[in-house]
Amino acid sequence: MTLSEVAKLLEAEVICGEQYLDQELEFAGASDLMSDLLAFGQPGILLLTGLANTQSVRTAEIIDAKCVVYVRGRRPSQDGLELAEKSKMPILSTKFLMYKACGLLYSRGIRVTGDR
Amino acid sequence: MASRQNLSHAFEIQGGDFGKAGCVSLEIKEILRDLGIDPAIVRRTAIAAYEAEMNVVMYADSATVMLRLNPQGIKIALDDKGPGIHDIELAMQEGYSTATDQMREMGFGAGMGLPNIKRNADLFELKSTIGKGTSYKIFIDLGSEEKT
Ligand SMILES: Nc1ncnc2c1ncn2[C@@H]1O[C@H](COP(=O)(O)OP(=O)(O)OP(=O)(O)O)[C@@H](O)[C@H]1O
Ligand SMILES: [Mg+2]
Repeated sequence: MTLSEVAKLLEAEVICGEQYLDQELEFAGASDLMSDLLAFGQPGILLLTGLANTQSVRTAEIIDAKCVVYVRGRRPSQDGLELAEKSKMPILSTKFLMYKACGLLYSRGIRVTGDR
Repeated sequence: MASRQNLSHAFEIQGGDFGKAGCVSLEIKEILRDLGIDPAIVRRTAIAAYEAEMNVVMYADSATVMLRLNPQGIKIALDDKGPGIHDIELAMQEGYSTATDQMREMGFGAGMGLPNIKRNADLFELKSTIGKGTSYKIFIDLGSEEKT
């Protein structure tokens, strides 16, 4: 599935990075805990989170995430948005709750990396 | 890879400055990436640096960071001025944290940072003097096999 198909599936608004949505996605991870993402997040994942602070974009950038999806209609901070644009990190915002967003992606074959 | 020989860069981190938290690590990541270093190694280095930087922002007053690169590996030496760590062995345990509610709301304070530095680094040395500060020495091997 491509990132633009993800956007459609999650009925998400594309906040930035429209031009990078043709990338293929295989894996995703979800957490509001940056500590967990840093410890268990794998490179190339799509990151779902309800934590829309600047730190979530910085963390996504550090772990080489491919895209950030904010759930519950959250939107990035101004600083977060600027960093995402600079680092070519697409950001999506979906109205769906975390559980539904994850469930939809999982049902379409987006998996976790490793066995956890 | 001539440009990769013996590079060195200094950075400053301000304690309590959540607005800039992570900026030094992102800069380090960009420097290493621009040198053409293997992305998996760049990522490990960036994660270790970021965990250390977040700890300075959360717990210390200020820090200097030295990034050094030679053909053997990447060294990050971070020295902070701050309260120090009372029990390093305890602090290194997964789940141990003295983070405040504010830090937890920002997604930190799970007590995973120090163990995560250890996991990502090939060598990690942590020293602390109570009332003075803490020093982190992180080494990432450039000659060795891939670490998972
Ligand atoms: N530079 C430092 N100065 C003083 N105390 C520190 C420093 N770094 C770590 N500590 C202490 O060690 C504890 C454990 O650190 P660690 O990075 O493992 O977890 P954390 O920062 O609390 O949570 P997380 O890293 O998951 O966000 C901290 O809660 C803090 O008490
Ligand atoms: Mg920490």
